[in-house]
Amino acid sequence: MYPKTLDTWWDWGLWLALTVGLSLLLLVVLLVIVAFLLLMDRKVWAAVQMRRGPNVVGPFGLLQSFADLLKFVLKEPLIPAGADKGVFLLAPLVTAILALAAWAVIPVGNGMAMANINVGILYLFAISSLGVYGIIMGGWASNSKYPFLGALRSAAQMVSYEVSIGFVIITVLLCAGSLNLNDIIKAQQVGIGTRVGLPASFLDWYWLPLFPMFVVFFISALAETNRPPFDLVEAESELVAGFMVEYGSTPYLLFMLGEYVAIVTMCAMTSILFLGGWLPPLDIAPLNWIPGPLWFLLKITFVFFMFAMVKAMVPRYRYDQLMRLGWKIFLPLSLVMVVVVAGLLQFGPQVR
Amino acid sequence: MPRYLVELAPLHSELILIIGAMVLLLWGAFRPETERQADIISWAAIGVLALAGIVLARQPLGNNTLFDGSFRFDAFARYVKMIVIISSAGALLLAPNDARRGKYLKFEYAVLLLLATAGMLMMISANDLISLYLSLELQSLALYVLAAFKRDDVRSSEAGLKYFVLGALSSGMLLYGASLVYGFTGATNFNDIAAVALTKGAGQNIGLIFGLVFLMVGLAFKISAVPFHMWTPDVYEGAPTPVTALFAAAPKAAAFALLTRVMITAFGGIKPQWQQIIIFLSIASMVLGAVAAIGQTNVKRLLAYSSIGNMGFVLVGLAAASPEGIEGVLIYLATYLVMTLGAFAVVLCMRRRSGPVEEIADLAGLATTNPGMAATMAIMMFSLAGIPPLAGFWGKYYVFLAAVKADLWPLAIIGVVASVVGAFYYIRIVIVMYVNDAKSGAENRFMRVPLRESTVMALACLITLLGFLPFPLRNGSLGDWIIATASAAARSLFG
Amino acid sequence: MTLAAAFFYLFAAITVASAFKVISAKNPVHAVLYLILAFFNAAGLFVLLGAEFLAMILVVVYVGAVAVLFLFVVMMLDVDFAQLRAGFMKNATLGFTVGMIVLAEIVFFVATQFLKPGALPAGLVRAAPIPQGITNTEALGRVLYTKYVYFFQGAGLILLVAMIGAIVLTLRHKPNVRRQNISEQNARTKSTAMDVIKVPSGGYNIPDKAAAKVAAE
Repeated sequence: MYPKTLDTWWDWGLWLALTVGLSLLLLVVLLVIVAFLLLMDRKVWAAVQMRRGPNVVGPFGLLQSFADLLKFVLKEPLIPAGADKGVFLLAPLVTAILALAAWAVIPVGNGMAMANINVGILYLFAISSLGVYGIIMGGWASNSKYPFLGALRSAAQMVSYEVSIGFVIITVLLCAGSLNLNDIIKAQQVGIGTRVGLPASFLDWYWLPLFPMFVVFFISALAETNRPPFDLVEAESELVAGFMVEYGSTPYLLFMLGEYVAIVTMCAMTSILFLGGWLPPLDIAPLNWIPGPLWFLLKITFVFFMFAMVKAMVPRYRYDQLMRLGWKIFLPLSLVMVVVVAGLLQFGPQVR
Repeated sequence: MPRYLVELAPLHSELILIIGAMVLLLWGAFRPETERQADIISWAAIGVLALAGIVLARQPLGNNTLFDGSFRFDAFARYVKMIVIISSAGALLLAPNDARRGKYLKFEYAVLLLLATAGMLMMISANDLISLYLSLELQSLALYVLAAFKRDDVRSSEAGLKYFVLGALSSGMLLYGASLVYGFTGATNFNDIAAVALTKGAGQNIGLIFGLVFLMVGLAFKISAVPFHMWTPDVYEGAPTPVTALFAAAPKAAAFALLTRVMITAFGGIKPQWQQIIIFLSIASMVLGAVAAIGQTNVKRLLAYSSIGNMGFVLVGLAAASPEGIEGVLIYLATYLVMTLGAFAVVLCMRRRSGPVEEIADLAGLATTNPGMAATMAIMMFSLAGIPPLAGFWGKYYVFLAAVKADLWPLAIIGVVASVVGAFYYIRIVIVMYVNDAKSGAENRFMRVPLRESTVMALACLITLLGFLPFPLRNGSLGDWIIATASAAARSLFG
Repeated sequence: MTLAAAFFYLFAAITVASAFKVISAKNPVHAVLYLILAFFNAAGLFVLLGAEFLAMILVVVYVGAVAVLFLFVVMMLDVDFAQLRAGFMKNATLGFTVGMIVLAEIVFFVATQFLKPGALPAGLVRAAPIPQGITNTEALGRVLYTKYVYFFQGAGLILLVAMIGAIVLTLRHKPNVRRQNISEQNARTKSTAMDVIKVPSGGYNIPDKAAAKVAAE
């Protein structure tokens, strides 16, 4: 469908229209999915606490997120008198745009990425490491104590957990032998399951051979996105709402949107790296008729469900515990795993 | 041994130091943090240095290059590396007593010293602009930390910071020079640069000469040659004394070896261009070292100016740019190492019950209160002044001889004059010790000389006094052996 | 090609403009933010050069980690930049001179390369071969761990020394701080953590009696 060359104006126009159109499509679908995942988050949380959760707007409260959207957009934006206006307004934009930008490289189906670049995983890692800027900028620009404390906490926290995420990614890269996200998923078509003679299945995905890394990644992803139990950035008992204290209306909406999109990105990353992305769980007749994007969505939903359950069940960490976990447990563990995995790949039986 | 370890044979001594440092680091990190632990680790580090020295001495020669020619092991490298390892071991031996009393005894000291030594060895073997820079940074970074090691002491922190800032500046210059050299020769390897420098008209290549000058500035900072010496007195005075003892000997030898290799190997083809700069640095260092030291009252500052002056004398040998000159450089470095360690061992023992003292006046009457210490200091001072037949004389003799042979008469004459002026302040210390009266009172007496310091003093005295006398070893004196080795080492550079 | 050129000019212009703002911004935090923008656009330029690995690493390392710490420090420090700027005009001439010298050298260098291509001996000046059929990540990996392993490990050692140095110079163990010892906490059993005390009913000084009983045991 894409023009092979860009020689003529016709090719140019086609290329531009396709790129813009597909991006918009992806964006809209993504935002709608995020809206429902947000609802799911609240519903799961409510169910754990034996409540009903949002149930007023639309059937079963299905339209609750859209009502929230309208509410925020229609409110009046307030900017505190002492705030640094430019940075204050830039911060939520940065958060939201960066979170959305990550989706440019995520393959939702076989080869179905806006940009199938060969350093896709690095791009994702880079973008997710930039998420901290929105928070720091917002916290600083508010010119207020609680937001500033929240910003400082988040800066330290996100930089700390990025390190172990990086090492986890490296172990996966060692196994897959590529930085291209599509190739990483394809590499999971063969693995432990196929070695014992089964058809390609969920046993081939990296969650099984790299199980410790899967756990480390999952927990680090929680910390990287400031999800409970690592939501010290906005720990309401200590910092009111952290870096978002001074925000309201659309800027606040953008923060929330960016946060949730970042969470979904992390879920997508988890499913790409460990749960076989768009691969069906069993490569047999009825299952592999279902298109890849649907499997991908199911996996994202599954990982998000786990995120939601963690939020509902695990109490918040104390700050020193958070740092201890990141630097004294995850970092050494992931470093050792890099060495072990590299050693196995080099000297061991061909586990690839 | 696995095949890759055999192939890395010329690198073994560095590997031993690095692996030893890492093992000791882990050992220290997982053990309770006590002074006894730190002492054990510093002994272990001396063991690591000794092992590296033995491996180095047994390493067969030949023109061994590794990693595409970026690491070179030859007789020159082996000789200077030996000097560096011995002086590092000496400085480490002197450290724990002072550190325990100054309450900065921590195991990281030994680890950092091992890593710094590894960096110095890599410097000596550097045969590529990249390995030059990396090894220099490895060495410098460890030394910055060591200078500030007594972190609760304002002067030590100041010394570390000053050293760091100026060192970073000089590294910047060096890098700028290296990039220019790379730009105008298209190579980072010294042998490839040499090929360009040997071509006709290379001497008129302004870019290359600019690069060369910046490189020399960077390296002159490291050997503290005038006019890039400003940091030396402050850092020497502020840093803990055992660290100063290290600064005065090992890094100087390593940086000088690096400078020599860059000049002779890489830029041998444009000798006239760099020779004049070296001559200027040499004269300036000798003169300033001699004149500025006269007014000093602090022993460590005085030794700092003395080291500046001594670097000037060593530069005379390099200025000659001949095998004889390099031979003189190598002999000088060996004798200078012994004298420095001896002198600093004495400075380390200048400690009263109330704490350490560093003024020259505090040495008054030392001949009566502690004759051994006074005698050691006197021998070191006479030797630094270059009075025959002490070891220090022979270093000077060989560099001046080389300068004369290379028709650098004025340089040799200025050197002799500077060394006569320098003798004044060296001998002043001797006069203070032997002529002035000691202050009375038990609180003005120095504390007993510890065993490690007295060992170093005795060895230094022995070598300085008897090293170059016709005292038969197996064949000839120690001095003969040093001269023969230095001669072979110098010739290996010109290959 | 035109698209690449357009993006080149876009990235280059933003890089230069933001680099200028880094030194001219009044607020130090703004200066750091502009610096981040400059890094970001430099990464864009790397992408245009086909060095996508370097571009991503630039973003991850510089923007994602180094600049965060930078911002962190700048936000915490109470630097009075107006005071720092006070001496600006005094040093402006010197700074200008040095800047001009550096510029002249760069121009001179570039000019020699372009005007006299034969000035350098043949065989030494060669463009780095562009790897065919492999990504530039792989190409880097292939030489980094073989040809340049010595440099690579040397750089690693430098970082190790920096780390040891930072710890040695700053880490202080405060003796009176109570620290959490998780393994100890988890190792607690009922017998070590709990004392079952029989409280007699009806007594007046129950606490004392209980204490006496514990002491007796």
